[in-house]
Amino acid sequence: MLALWIVLAVVLVTLVVGLVVAVPRRRRGRLGRGEVPSAAVAPVTAPAPAAVPAPPTPEPLEAESPDAGPETDVGAAPELRERMGKTRGLFSGYVRSLRSRSSVDDQAWDDLEEALLRADVGVATTTALLEDLRARVRDGELRGAEAVVAALREDLRRSLDTTDGNGLAFDTEGPCVWLFVGVNGVGKTTTIGKVARREKAAGRSVLLAAGDTFRAAAAEQLEHWAQRTGVEIVRGAEGGDPSAVVFDAVQRAQARGNDLVLADTAGRLHTKVNLVEELKKIRRVADRPPGHVTEVLLVLDATTGQNGLTQARQFLDAVGVTGVVLTKLDGSAKGGIVIAIQRELGLPVKLVGLGEGPDDLVPFDADEFVAALFD
Amino acid sequence: MFDALSDRLEGILGRLRSRGRLSDADVDEALREIRTALLEADVDVGVARSLVDGIRARVVGEDLSKSLSPGQQVVKAVHDQLVEVLGGETLRLSYASAPPTVVLLAGLQGSGKTTTSAKLARWFRQQGRNPLLVGADLQRPAAVEQLRILGEQAGVPVFSEPTDPVAVAAGGLREAQRLGRDVLIVDTAGRLAIDEALMDEVRRVSSAVSPHYTFLVIDAMTGQDAVATARAFHDALALDGVILTKLDGDARGGAALSVKEVVGRPIAFASTGERLADFDLFHPDRMASRILGMGDVLTLIEQAEREFDHDVAAEGATRLLEGRFTLEDFLSQLQQVKKLGSLGGLLALMPGVPKEVKQNANIDDGQVAQVEAIIRSMTRRERAEPGAIDGSRRSRIARGSGTTSQDVNQLLRQFKEAQQLMRSPGMLGGMMGGGAKGKLAQALAERMGDGSDPGVPGLDSLSTGAWGSERAVPGLGSGAGGAKGRPGSKKKKGGRVTPKGGGR
Repeated sequence: MLALWIVLAVVLVTLVVGLVVAVPRRRRGRLGRGEVPSAAVAPVTAPAPAAVPAPPTPEPLEAESPDAGPETDVGAAPELRERMGKTRGLFSGYVRSLRSRSSVDDQAWDDLEEALLRADVGVATTTALLEDLRARVRDGELRGAEAVVAALREDLRRSLDTTDGNGLAFDTEGPCVWLFVGVNGVGKTTTIGKVARREKAAGRSVLLAAGDTFRAAAAEQLEHWAQRTGVEIVRGAEGGDPSAVVFDAVQRAQARGNDLVLADTAGRLHTKVNLVEELKKIRRVADRPPGHVTEVLLVLDATTGQNGLTQARQFLDAVGVTGVVLTKLDGSAKGGIVIAIQRELGLPVKLVGLGEGPDDLVPFDADEFVAALFD
Repeated sequence: MFDALSDRLEGILGRLRSRGRLSDADVDEALREIRTALLEADVDVGVARSLVDGIRARVVGEDLSKSLSPGQQVVKAVHDQLVEVLGGETLRLSYASAPPTVVLLAGLQGSGKTTTSAKLARWFRQQGRNPLLVGADLQRPAAVEQLRILGEQAGVPVFSEPTDPVAVAAGGLREAQRLGRDVLIVDTAGRLAIDEALMDEVRRVSSAVSPHYTFLVIDAMTGQDAVATARAFHDALALDGVILTKLDGDARGGAALSVKEVVGRPIAFASTGERLADFDLFHPDRMASRILGMGDVLTLIEQAEREFDHDVAAEGATRLLEGRFTLEDFLSQLQQVKKLGSLGGLLALMPGVPKEVKQNANIDDGQVAQVEAIIRSMTRRERAEPGAIDGSRRSRIARGSGTTSQDVNQLLRQFKEAQQLMRSPGMLGGMMGGGAKGKLAQALAERMGDGSDPGVPGLDSLSTGAWGSERAVPGLGSGAGGAKGRPGSKKKKGGRVTPKGGGR
């Protein structure tokens, strides 16, 4: 039956597009050269910047000064909770008000729901979690708001727990490759810089592969991180084949005795078939002896909404993602989508990014993550 | 997805036809479904609530339409409400009397500011202006380098210096004046809205250049955080508009709605791809459809138009309408359609596709490959005359494509069925017809305008219902439509050279 729809889809699109492209577009509605859309009054003089009320609490990030040479000291890794705690706000507000109530009424459930939704937990997961809690309240297992909140916290924590732990797979049987994948703008390159710092400090010999051959100056950006962390980098020609770069890097790692190759890839939307095919090829090439891929890390921006689950699913299907790096968690976003990602796909969060500096990376801790939500 | 929402609403409201009017109670459950749909699309919780209230007001007490089912009617009301929120006052750019007109871009890390700056520069150039780009992102390694490369692609000069963002911006302004450039586009570093020091910095950058337009650049896949971010940037900079990026993904884009509702400034531009050309004015009704999961036919068509070879496309449609569409044609059209991305994703964008298909259709692109392989294993003659394919030919084709005789048989049967379906009453009518499915008709109508040139043969029959549709397709008079593809219509993708083994 499905093949029928494939056929039909092609046929329909053919028809529609064929008709449409065969017809010259009306000029109206398109801006011709030199035309400015007819004006509503728009500001011509600059508005004075609005006076800004003092923003609440958060301590400012320390500015990173761009360094010339490699830094060898590993700075104190920031505590996850500390950095997330910058934005207390809504979730904890709801929870605090909830706790002060003795019974769990409709309003309380609504508040809990809203709190979870605002953390990007998503409708399906939120509904599932709350329905379970409601049932337990009905059964008398949970009495009172305190108990409900504690139970929710425990459920969330358990959702994020993994049997395999959140470590990054590494062995000494030839160069390990950790492949970093994800959509555009999530922080892959910066994350690699941080991981390089960390792994080098752990005594491993690291090599970077500038597998983003598409984005303007992407290799330069990674080169900066190589210099900063004091590791070598393999680059290719801009616009060249990314698989070739990764291949070269693995060869070099083998020859020079590097333990670990961190391979950057270009950001790509999971909806782009060609690009996903390219990524599959990169993985295959990276996995050819002497190299072997031990981690495929999906880098995910904490501000991403429900599309994060789609991204995870698609990348998992395509290249076998082994874990998630959740970035930009030092912002106001909660990153709740990772809960659904773990529950539905079994993908654990392994690392968390908390800033733009080389030390702003911590291992994921479910306890801390959930506690930070509730604080 | 649209059909899912519409069907869910249908289930709730279907029995109402006899009632004549939608009451509060009738609508409650429907509104819950709508709220869910909006939340799944990343619309801010509070914004979803107020939207739903607005929809309730629109719908309760309304007479039930004759031509739309209650479910469709409610969806239409939702759609119209969203369009109203997203649209409203369009940002109309006007230029400063004393050049340059200064445009400042701000936003979170990774939202796409640098690429957008270059796209804007190119856009302004297309408007006949002479922009100058300023690389004031000194934080991100190689950001200025990236902008320089993009600037070169856009044919726009780039100014920067390794001092500090405020000095660079001011320097850029002086440079623009010196060179007589009439538009200045300032790219800034990504920053967290809650970072006091960096928000202060961007305020100072703004003070240094007194922008005429300040745009927040925001990623279409942003979740609930959109509102907090937008508010903070708006408070700091007094935004004039918003630019939404990465719309070429499948994120529903509810953030657009949230930001518009909360900041009250128009969404000025939509960025729909990585190439500099993938940039255009924002279309509220397309966004509304997308947020509701209704499929964005117009964008699909535009995308197809960019990617398809026009001659091949026009030829295909002609042959289809004339009943001469063969497997050979199917194969060449399939190549075109593949350029648009995953077929499953494509189906999701198209109206008129039944829900069973959409639900099951994470169409494995492997199946598409299989279909293709089967056809490729046929000879030219077999493709032209599939009726001549007997058992032994079937086996050969099956072997050649790594499938079974049954698979081959099935494809042939279904191709035939598809051709028949295309001719049947209701199919095309359903796609072209009224209600929310009339998107297709709308799209065609928009494109054909008042319909002048002699048409693609068969279009006449389309319009007069020879295909079985009850209504004439709006906008298609007799003789409507264009004759051939555009002159020199072999379309090449602009932008970067595609690397071996992959492509953008």
